[in-house]
Amino acid sequence: MLTEFGSILVFFLLGIVFVAGGLIGSWILRPHRPYPEKLAPYECGEEPVGNAWVRFNVRFYVIALIFLIFEVEVVFLFPWALVYKEMGMVAFLEMAVFLAILIVGYVYVWAKGDLDWDKPRPEVPVVSQVAPTMTASRTEHVPA
Amino acid sequence: MGFLDQRFENSNIVVTSLENLLNWARLSSLFQMQFGLACCAIEMMAASASHFDIMRFGVIPRATPRQTDVMIVAGTVTLKMASRIKRLYDQMPEPRYVISMGSCSNCGGPYWEHGYHVLKGVDRVIPVDVYVPGCPPRPEALLEGIMKLQEKVRKETLVKKKA
Repeated sequence: MLTEFGSILVFFLLGIVFVAGGLIGSWILRPHRPYPEKLAPYECGEEPVGNAWVRFNVRFYVIALIFLIFEVEVVFLFPWALVYKEMGMVAFLEMAVFLAILIVGYVYVWAKGDLDWDKPRPEVPVVSQVAPTMTASRTEHVPA
Repeated sequence: MGFLDQRFENSNIVVTSLENLLNWARLSSLFQMQFGLACCAIEMMAASASHFDIMRFGVIPRATPRQTDVMIVAGTVTLKMASRIKRLYDQMPEPRYVISMGSCSNCGGPYWEHGYHVLKGVDRVIPVDVYVPGCPPRPEALLEGIMKLQEKVRKETLVKKKA
């Protein structure tokens, strides 16, 4: 009799056999005739440019995240539009509240400058007056 | 040349039985490389749709050459496209086959004389297994081309070819 984890072990072993069997079987059966043109990366038939592992600019990350939120919003809008006539004012107010929440986030993101491609350099706070607790010898080294 | 492919000098009952199994599997699932270039592609789409249902032959359209067995060149092959066709054919894994569909890809079609931009037959850049005539061929003609190709696949062998 198998324990609970025993069935997981059987599942795990079957998974290994399934994958390894497929790979080994196709290795036995397939013709193997490599040449440079065949091994070139597939770019829709165009001349491949550079490596297949392209690194994307990290600035796309924030924009992709914001896009995801508003994409989900659109997904919610479609069923809402279907039942809008039946539900009437209630549906309108519900969606207005939902959109308002998201728009507040959008305004926040915009005001924060996350939609700008060129980020402003971080402003280093300039100290004009020396704090009174500092000693006189330290103040001499502070640049003007 | 793989583990089995082209390894045998002479044929015997084991080899032929394995060949029969392999060929049956291959001809029953000829994945198709989508290569609609002109109006023939409309007929190719019609062949894929429910009325003609090319999928009952195991022909499933795939969008990448890595997963395909047969390239159906459907339409006018311009000179600009010819290099792409060559490159995509090179990127397909063996065994690979080509069906040339329609007059344009067979021989240049209506552009055979004055088409300054048209390749006079796709067989000038890649080897063609089956030519489907017509301008454009009806979906039935493409189905017949598939069946002709299946007959060809049925005769494939693991025995090393005599030089």
